[in-house]
Amino acid sequence: MERLIEILEEIQPGVDYRHCQDLVDGHHLESLSILALVAELEDAFDILIPTVEIIPRNFNSAQALWEMIQRLQEEG
Amino acid sequence: MFSIATYFSVQYLVVLLPAAFGLYAVLPQKGRRWVLLGASYAFFWAVSGKLLVYLLFSTLSIHHLGLWMGRLQAGRDQALAAAPKEERKALRARWQRRLTGVVAFGVVLHLGILLTVKYTPFFATNLNHLFQALGLGWQVRIPAFLLPIGISFYTLQGVAYCFDVYRGKIPADGNLLRLALFMSFFPQIMEGPICRYGDTAQRLWEAPPVAWENFLFGAQRILWGMMKKMVVADRLNLFIRQVFWNYAEYDGLVIALAAVAYTLQLYMDFSGTMDLALGSGQLFGVTLPENFRRPFFSRTIGEFWRRWHITLGTWFKDYVFYPVSLARPMKRLTTWGRKHLGPHYGPLLAGSVALFCVWLGNGLWHGAGWHYIFFGMYHFFWILLENLTEPVTLRWARRFHVNREALPYRIFQMVRTGILVCVGELFFRADGLRAGLAMFSKMLTQFSLATVKDGTIFTLGMDKRDCLVVALVVLVMLVVGVLQERGHGIRQNLARRSLAAQFAAGYALILSIVILGAYGVGYAPVDPIYAQF
Repeated sequence: MERLIEILEEIQPGVDYRHCQDLVDGHHLESLSILALVAELEDAFDILIPTVEIIPRNFNSAQALWEMIQRLQEEG
Repeated sequence: MFSIATYFSVQYLVVLLPAAFGLYAVLPQKGRRWVLLGASYAFFWAVSGKLLVYLLFSTLSIHHLGLWMGRLQAGRDQALAAAPKEERKALRARWQRRLTGVVAFGVVLHLGILLTVKYTPFFATNLNHLFQALGLGWQVRIPAFLLPIGISFYTLQGVAYCFDVYRGKIPADGNLLRLALFMSFFPQIMEGPICRYGDTAQRLWEAPPVAWENFLFGAQRILWGMMKKMVVADRLNLFIRQVFWNYAEYDGLVIALAAVAYTLQLYMDFSGTMDLALGSGQLFGVTLPENFRRPFFSRTIGEFWRRWHITLGTWFKDYVFYPVSLARPMKRLTTWGRKHLGPHYGPLLAGSVALFCVWLGNGLWHGAGWHYIFFGMYHFFWILLENLTEPVTLRWARRFHVNREALPYRIFQMVRTGILVCVGELFFRADGLRAGLAMFSKMLTQFSLATVKDGTIFTLGMDKRDCLVVALVVLVMLVVGVLQERGHGIRQNLARRSLAAQFAAGYALILSIVILGAYGVGYAPVDPIYAQF
């Protein structure tokens, strides 16, 4: 989780990632930030994020992102 | 024959919608869904006649494609469950290739039909121009196809359904009638909003019973839409037609005013039609997705397109932008870009390629013409520029202590965005790219106040009374818009008032349409603009 927060802060600083629940709906993460985030997460956690996972429900909070990462790691 | 040209026609508002609603209200659930399906096919027949076969073919083939993919997915899951762990990756890839083949076939088939009927004359004409320019004596015949109204909308819905089944986001629907109702629901098939199967299909099929609140909110929304269309959009029509058809006769100010008037007309016509579509859906207890969120409060062009024709924008985002920008080579490009160009410009490389595809598609979706492609590229240019200059703008704002959240700066951004949008719409409405460029050039080189000073501006299809009515409605909408931006729900507040107050508001809207509506002798209602796309 700490590594995820680091990546998020590197991509889009100035957001309280530990508490924010509307990263996409509140436009804290725009399309280009999401592109960077997906590439970074795939590298950092050795996962493949398919397009179908790019939905606000998975990207609206650090917790939701973390749960998606763990799920994709388990699925291999 | 009973025919319908627009949602604002007597045939729709006085015959089809009330008849469908009346039957829906008295029948049990099983009958209600048949009413919706019957009314939808009756509507399409009244709009497009025999071209109904296009809709039937699309519905049947998309249903079949969905089932085909569903069977493949079930087969894959069974095979994976039975296979040893080390073989699963290769097995999954093999099944995935088959699934990709089916979805590719479906997308090529349905987009192919759309491309053929909508764009063949455009491509053939340009091919002939190319042969001529190369000095070749060849000429291809320019075919003419009858275009079923709404094909651009229901095709995108069908393609989205195929992609969503392919991605495992929704299960394939075995119920042909439910899918047929989703594809054809009559309040939205002609001009949108572009719905997603997962959002509306089941609700439509449930056919909920009529509820008083839904009836009240739906009727209010329909009246609100009628006011936008009949009081403002239709009133502006004569002036816009006069200037756009005879632009060579007018100076830059008149052309600039026509560009602003057309932008306003397009908004009032399209968002008014959406109010009518969403209101009609609400009568039947179905919530269709919003297509507009006060676009003229946008501070950038990018934001404008997140608030204008929202369902088309999200369709392109989900089925073009992300698939292109997250394709494997693009991901590598993003990773490389972040290392060498930094966190802002790195993702912009892949993002720009995807954005280009989106705006080329968006421009072409609106019509077969170079000015539509120019319209798409115009917005691509501004959105790309906004992204490129964002870090510089932020640095300057900090350096010169500009508060970007202060009201004057926000108003400056909204006005700037509004001007850029009006210029884009000028090209969109112009009779071809050449006319658009000539009109734009006149705005810059022949600007004069003469027509305002001598009063001839009021003889071009809109007199002073017309201008006053339009200004009044725009002012009302501005106040409503500001309240909504601040989070006030106008209709929710009204619903908490007494029944007398609610009826008074309804009557006020009806009276404003009757008294201020631009109909009868001396007016020419605007054709449904978005139905032509």
